[in-house]
Amino acid sequence: MNKKELLFGLLIALVLAFLFSPLASSWPDGLEKVAEGLGFLERGGPAAPAPAPDYLVPGIRSEALSTALAGLTGTLLVFGASLGLAALLRRKRAR
Amino acid sequence: MHIPDGFLTPATYLPAWLASAGFLAGFLKRLAGTLQDRAVPLMAVLAAFIFAAQMLNFPVYAGTSGHLLGGVLAAVLVGPYAGAVIISLVLVVQALVFQDGGLTALGANIFNMALVGSFLGYFIYAGLVRVLGSARRLWAAGAAAWFSVVLAAGLCGLELALSGTAPLELVLPAMLLIHLLIGLGEALITVAILQAVFRVRPELVYLS
Repeated sequence: MNKKELLFGLLIALVLAFLFSPLASSWPDGLEKVAEGLGFLERGGPAAPAPAPDYLVPGIRSEALSTALAGLTGTLLVFGASLGLAALLRRKRAR
Repeated sequence: MHIPDGFLTPATYLPAWLASAGFLAGFLKRLAGTLQDRAVPLMAVLAAFIFAAQMLNFPVYAGTSGHLLGGVLAAVLVGPYAGAVIISLVLVVQALVFQDGGLTALGANIFNMALVGSFLGYFIYAGLVRVLGSARRLWAAGAAAWFSVVLAAGLCGLELALSGTAPLELVLPAMLLIHLLIGLGEALITVAILQAVFRVRPELVYLS
Protein backbone atom coordinates (compact mmCIF):
# COMPACT_ATOMS: atom_id res chain seq x y z
CA MET A 1 0.00 0.00 0.00
CA ASN A 2 1.69 3.22 -1.17
CA LYS A 3 1.22 6.70 0.26
CA LYS A 4 -1.46 7.63 -2.26
CA GLU A 5 -3.48 4.56 -1.37
CA LEU A 6 -3.02 5.24 2.33
CA LEU A 7 -4.41 8.75 1.95
CA PHE A 8 -7.21 7.54 -0.31
CA GLY A 9 -8.21 4.90 2.25
CA LEU A 10 -8.15 7.45 5.05
CA LEU A 11 -10.22 9.83 2.95
CA ILE A 12 -12.91 7.19 2.42
CA ALA A 13 -13.06 6.57 6.18
CA LEU A 14 -13.26 10.31 6.91
CA VAL A 15 -16.03 10.83 4.36
CA LEU A 16 -18.01 7.93 5.85
CA ALA A 17 -17.50 9.23 9.38
CA PHE A 18 -18.19 12.89 8.60
CA LEU A 19 -20.85 12.86 5.90
CA PHE A 20 -22.66 9.59 6.49
CA SER A 21 -22.65 9.21 10.28
CA PRO A 22 -25.45 11.80 10.76
CA LEU A 23 -27.58 9.70 8.38
CA ALA A 24 -27.11 6.43 10.27
CA SER A 25 -30.14 4.66 11.69
CA SER A 26 -30.93 5.88 15.20
CA TRP A 27 -32.83 2.73 16.04
CA PRO A 28 -31.35 0.80 18.98
CA ASP A 29 -28.81 -1.85 18.08
CA GLY A 30 -29.27 -5.56 18.71
CA LEU A 31 -28.08 -5.55 22.32
CA GLU A 32 -29.99 -2.36 23.24
CA LYS A 33 -33.15 -3.79 21.72
CA VAL A 34 -32.79 -7.01 23.70
CA ALA A 35 -32.05 -5.00 26.86
CA GLU A 36 -35.18 -2.95 26.23
CA GLY A 37 -37.31 -6.03 25.61
CA LEU A 38 -36.06 -7.91 28.66
CA GLY A 39 -36.18 -4.80 30.85
CA PHE A 40 -32.54 -4.37 31.83
CA LEU A 41 -31.68 -1.37 29.68
CA GLU A 42 -31.78 1.05 32.63
CA ARG A 43 -29.06 -0.91 34.43
CA GLY A 44 -26.59 0.48 31.96
CA GLY A 45 -24.82 3.73 32.71
CA PRO A 46 -21.32 5.11 32.29
CA ALA A 47 -18.79 4.34 35.03
CA ALA A 48 -16.70 7.38 34.14
CA PRO A 49 -17.13 10.59 32.13
CA ALA A 50 -15.91 10.79 28.53
CA PRO A 51 -15.10 13.71 26.21
CA ALA A 52 -17.83 13.03 23.64
CA PRO A 53 -20.48 10.63 24.96
CA ASP A 54 -22.73 9.02 22.32
CA TYR A 55 -20.62 10.44 19.50
CA LEU A 56 -21.69 14.01 20.24
CA VAL A 57 -19.08 16.72 20.54
CA PRO A 58 -20.30 18.91 23.40
CA GLY A 59 -21.17 22.55 22.84
CA ILE A 60 -22.43 22.19 19.28
CA ARG A 61 -26.09 22.94 18.80
CA SER A 62 -26.63 21.01 15.57
CA GLU A 63 -26.77 17.31 16.41
CA ALA A 64 -25.80 16.35 12.86
CA LEU A 65 -22.69 18.52 12.93
CA SER A 66 -21.84 17.31 16.42
CA THR A 67 -22.00 13.67 15.29
CA ALA A 68 -20.07 14.45 12.11
CA LEU A 69 -17.27 16.11 14.09
CA ALA A 70 -17.17 13.21 16.55
CA GLY A 71 -16.84 10.85 13.59
CA LEU A 72 -14.07 12.93 12.06
CA THR A 73 -12.12 13.20 15.31
CA GLY A 74 -12.56 9.54 16.20
CA THR A 75 -11.48 8.35 12.76
CA LEU A 76 -8.31 10.46 12.87
CA LEU A 77 -7.61 9.31 16.42
CA VAL A 78 -7.99 5.63 15.54
CA PHE A 79 -5.93 6.11 12.36
CA GLY A 80 -3.11 7.81 14.24
CA ALA A 81 -3.11 5.35 17.12
CA SER A 82 -3.08 2.27 14.90
CA LEU A 83 -0.42 3.71 12.58
CA GLY A 84 1.74 4.50 15.61
CA LEU A 85 1.22 1.09 17.16
CA ALA A 86 1.86 -0.78 13.91
CA ALA A 87 5.00 1.25 13.19
CA LEU A 88 6.24 0.54 16.71
CA LEU A 89 5.69 -3.20 16.32
CA ARG A 90 7.39 -3.10 12.94
CA ARG A 91 10.43 -1.26 14.36
CA LYS A 92 10.78 -3.80 17.12
CA ARG A 93 11.06 -6.49 14.49
CA ALA A 94 13.74 -4.58 12.59
CA ARG A 95 15.99 -4.48 15.65
CA MET B 1 -23.26 -5.19 20.78
CA HIS B 2 -21.02 -2.91 22.81
CA ILE B 3 -21.86 -3.79 26.42
CA PRO B 4 -22.17 -0.66 28.60
CA ASP B 5 -21.13 -0.40 32.24
CA GLY B 6 -23.73 -1.79 34.58
CA PHE B 7 -24.76 -4.83 32.55
CA LEU B 8 -21.99 -7.12 33.82
CA THR B 9 -20.99 -7.95 37.39
CA PRO B 10 -17.31 -8.04 38.47
CA ALA B 11 -17.41 -11.85 38.59
CA THR B 12 -17.96 -11.72 34.83
CA TYR B 13 -16.06 -8.63 33.72
CA LEU B 14 -12.89 -9.18 35.72
CA PRO B 15 -12.08 -12.59 34.22
CA ALA B 16 -12.95 -11.15 30.79
CA TRP B 17 -10.49 -8.29 31.39
CA LEU B 18 -7.78 -10.73 32.42
CA ALA B 19 -8.34 -13.04 29.48
CA SER B 20 -8.41 -10.19 26.96
CA ALA B 21 -5.32 -8.52 28.40
CA GLY B 22 -3.45 -11.82 28.40
CA PHE B 23 -4.35 -12.71 24.83
CA LEU B 24 -3.61 -9.21 23.53
CA ALA B 25 -0.23 -9.11 25.25
CA GLY B 26 0.63 -12.39 23.54
CA PHE B 27 -0.61 -11.10 20.18
CA LEU B 28 1.46 -7.90 20.46
CA LYS B 29 4.54 -9.86 21.39
CA ARG B 30 4.06 -12.12 18.41
CA LEU B 31 3.45 -9.17 16.06
CA ALA B 32 6.58 -7.43 17.29
CA GLY B 33 8.52 -10.28 15.74
CA THR B 34 6.53 -10.99 12.61
CA LEU B 35 4.56 -7.96 11.40
CA GLN B 36 4.98 -7.58 7.66
CA ASP B 37 5.92 -4.11 6.36
CA ARG B 38 2.92 -3.90 4.08
CA ALA B 39 0.61 -4.51 7.03
CA VAL B 40 1.51 -1.19 8.71
CA PRO B 41 -0.41 1.30 6.51
CA LEU B 42 -3.13 -1.26 5.88
CA MET B 43 -3.71 -1.67 9.64
CA ALA B 44 -4.13 2.09 10.04
CA VAL B 45 -6.52 2.48 7.11
CA LEU B 46 -8.53 -0.56 8.17
CA ALA B 47 -8.83 0.63 11.76
CA ALA B 48 -9.99 4.06 10.59
CA PHE B 49 -12.46 2.52 8.16
CA ILE B 50 -13.86 0.09 10.72
CA PHE B 51 -14.29 2.87 13.29
CA ALA B 52 -16.17 4.96 10.71
CA ALA B 53 -18.25 2.01 9.50
CA GLN B 54 -19.23 1.13 13.07
CA MET B 55 -20.92 4.54 13.32
CA LEU B 56 -23.13 3.71 10.34
CA ASN B 57 -26.01 1.78 11.81
CA PHE B 58 -28.27 0.22 9.23
CA PRO B 59 -31.88 -0.74 9.96
CA VAL B 60 -32.29 -4.49 10.35
CA TYR B 61 -35.75 -5.33 11.57
CA ALA B 62 -38.70 -3.55 13.22
CA GLY B 63 -36.95 -0.77 15.12
CA THR B 64 -33.59 -2.49 15.45
CA SER B 65 -30.34 -1.50 13.80
CA GLY B 66 -26.95 -3.08 13.40
CA HIS B 67 -23.55 -2.05 12.19
CA LEU B 68 -20.42 -3.65 10.80
CA LEU B 69 -18.08 -5.16 13.38
CA GLY B 70 -15.32 -5.76 10.86
CA GLY B 71 -13.52 -8.54 12.70
CA VAL B 72 -13.32 -11.03 9.85
CA LEU B 73 -12.75 -8.24 7.32
CA ALA B 74 -9.72 -7.05 9.30
CA ALA B 75 -8.33 -10.51 10.00
CA VAL B 76 -8.56 -11.65 6.36
CA LEU B 77 -6.63 -8.55 5.24
CA VAL B 78 -3.97 -8.24 7.96
CA GLY B 79 -4.09 -11.62 9.68
CA PRO B 80 -5.70 -12.85 12.91
CA TYR B 81 -3.22 -11.23 15.31
CA ALA B 82 -3.14 -7.76 13.76
CA GLY B 83 -6.89 -8.02 13.09
CA ALA B 84 -7.69 -8.62 16.74
CA VAL B 85 -5.33 -5.81 17.76
CA ILE B 86 -6.95 -3.17 15.54
CA ILE B 87 -10.49 -4.19 16.54
CA SER B 88 -9.35 -3.88 20.18
CA LEU B 89 -7.89 -0.46 19.48
CA VAL B 90 -11.18 0.67 17.93
CA LEU B 91 -13.04 -0.63 21.00
CA VAL B 92 -10.67 1.21 23.36
CA VAL B 93 -11.19 4.55 21.59
CA GLN B 94 -14.95 4.00 21.45
CA ALA B 95 -15.10 3.28 25.19
CA LEU B 96 -12.69 6.02 26.35
CA VAL B 97 -13.77 8.87 24.09
CA PHE B 98 -17.36 8.12 23.09
CA GLN B 99 -18.74 6.00 25.94
CA ASP B 100 -19.69 3.39 23.36
CA GLY B 101 -19.15 0.27 25.44
CA GLY B 102 -18.34 0.54 29.13
CA LEU B 103 -14.92 0.72 30.75
CA THR B 104 -15.66 -2.15 33.13
CA ALA B 105 -17.11 -4.08 30.18
CA LEU B 106 -14.19 -3.29 27.86
CA GLY B 107 -12.49 -6.62 28.56
CA ALA B 108 -15.69 -8.49 27.69
CA ASN B 109 -16.25 -6.39 24.58
CA ILE B 110 -12.68 -7.06 23.43
CA PHE B 111 -13.16 -10.73 24.17
CA ASN B 112 -16.41 -10.95 22.18
CA MET B 113 -15.63 -8.75 19.20
CA ALA B 114 -11.83 -8.88 18.84
CA LEU B 115 -10.78 -12.27 20.19
CA VAL B 116 -13.84 -14.18 19.02
CA GLY B 117 -15.15 -11.83 16.30
CA SER B 118 -11.79 -11.28 14.63
CA PHE B 119 -9.17 -13.81 15.80
CA LEU B 120 -11.44 -16.86 15.98
CA GLY B 121 -13.35 -15.53 12.97
CA TYR B 122 -10.14 -15.76 10.96
CA PHE B 123 -9.76 -19.45 11.71
CA ILE B 124 -13.36 -20.09 10.74
CA TYR B 125 -12.51 -18.36 7.45
CA ALA B 126 -9.28 -20.31 7.01
CA GLY B 127 -11.03 -23.60 7.77
CA LEU B 128 -13.78 -22.85 5.26
CA VAL B 129 -11.22 -21.89 2.60
CA ARG B 130 -9.59 -25.25 3.13
CA VAL B 131 -12.92 -27.04 2.69
CA LEU B 132 -14.35 -24.95 -0.15
CA GLY B 133 -11.13 -24.18 -2.01
CA SER B 134 -9.52 -20.77 -2.41
CA ALA B 135 -11.62 -20.00 -5.48
CA ARG B 136 -14.56 -19.72 -3.09
CA ARG B 137 -12.75 -17.65 -0.48
CA LEU B 138 -15.33 -14.85 -0.73
CA TRP B 139 -18.03 -17.32 0.28
CA ALA B 140 -15.80 -18.46 3.11
CA ALA B 141 -15.30 -14.85 4.22
CA GLY B 142 -19.03 -14.12 4.10
CA ALA B 143 -19.90 -17.22 6.08
CA ALA B 144 -17.14 -16.54 8.62
CA ALA B 145 -18.27 -12.91 8.97
CA TRP B 146 -21.85 -14.00 9.62
CA PHE B 147 -20.78 -16.69 12.04
CA SER B 148 -18.40 -14.38 13.92
CA VAL B 149 -21.22 -11.93 14.65
CA VAL B 150 -23.59 -14.68 15.79
CA LEU B 151 -20.88 -16.21 18.00
CA ALA B 152 -19.99 -12.86 19.56
CA ALA B 153 -23.68 -12.20 20.22
CA GLY B 154 -24.13 -15.60 21.83
CA LEU B 155 -21.15 -14.96 24.06
CA CYS B 156 -22.52 -11.55 24.99
CA GLY B 157 -25.81 -13.25 25.93
CA LEU B 158 -23.94 -15.77 28.09
CA GLU B 159 -22.07 -12.98 29.89
CA LEU B 160 -25.32 -11.16 30.60
CA ALA B 161 -26.82 -14.36 31.99
CA LEU B 162 -23.71 -15.09 34.08
CA SER B 163 -24.04 -11.62 35.56
CA GLY B 164 -27.66 -12.32 36.48
CA THR B 165 -28.73 -9.41 34.29
CA ALA B 166 -31.23 -11.52 32.36
CA PRO B 167 -32.23 -15.20 32.41
CA LEU B 168 -30.18 -17.32 30.01
CA GLU B 169 -33.23 -18.93 28.38
CA LEU B 170 -34.47 -15.48 27.35
CA VAL B 171 -31.35 -13.46 26.65
CA LEU B 172 -29.40 -16.09 24.68
CA PRO B 173 -32.06 -16.78 22.02
CA ALA B 174 -32.93 -13.06 21.82
CA MET B 175 -29.30 -12.08 21.17
CA LEU B 176 -28.76 -14.91 18.69
CA LEU B 177 -31.98 -14.24 16.79
CA ILE B 178 -31.41 -10.55 16.12
CA HIS B 179 -27.77 -11.11 15.24
CA LEU B 180 -28.66 -13.77 12.69
CA LEU B 181 -29.98 -10.77 10.75
CA ILE B 182 -27.27 -8.27 11.68
CA GLY B 183 -24.73 -10.91 10.62
CA LEU B 184 -26.17 -10.86 7.11
CA GLY B 185 -25.25 -7.18 6.84
CA GLU B 186 -21.80 -8.02 8.19
CA ALA B 187 -21.38 -10.73 5.56
CA LEU B 188 -22.53 -8.51 2.69
CA ILE B 189 -20.24 -5.61 3.58
CA THR B 190 -17.28 -7.91 4.28
CA VAL B 191 -17.66 -9.71 0.95
CA ALA B 192 -18.13 -6.48 -1.02
CA ILE B 193 -14.95 -4.91 0.36
CA LEU B 194 -12.87 -8.08 0.12
CA GLN B 195 -14.00 -8.63 -3.46
CA ALA B 196 -12.75 -5.16 -4.35
CA VAL B 197 -9.40 -5.64 -2.57
CA PHE B 198 -8.87 -9.12 -4.02
CA ARG B 199 -9.47 -7.69 -7.48
CA VAL B 200 -7.55 -4.42 -7.27
CA ARG B 201 -4.72 -5.10 -4.80
CA PRO B 202 -4.49 -8.83 -4.09
CA GLU B 203 -0.85 -8.42 -3.03
CA LEU B 204 -1.98 -6.46 0.05
CA VAL B 205 -3.79 -9.45 1.50
CA TYR B 206 -2.30 -11.31 4.45
CA LEU B 207 -0.63 -14.61 3.67
CA SER B 208 -0.63 -17.10 6.50
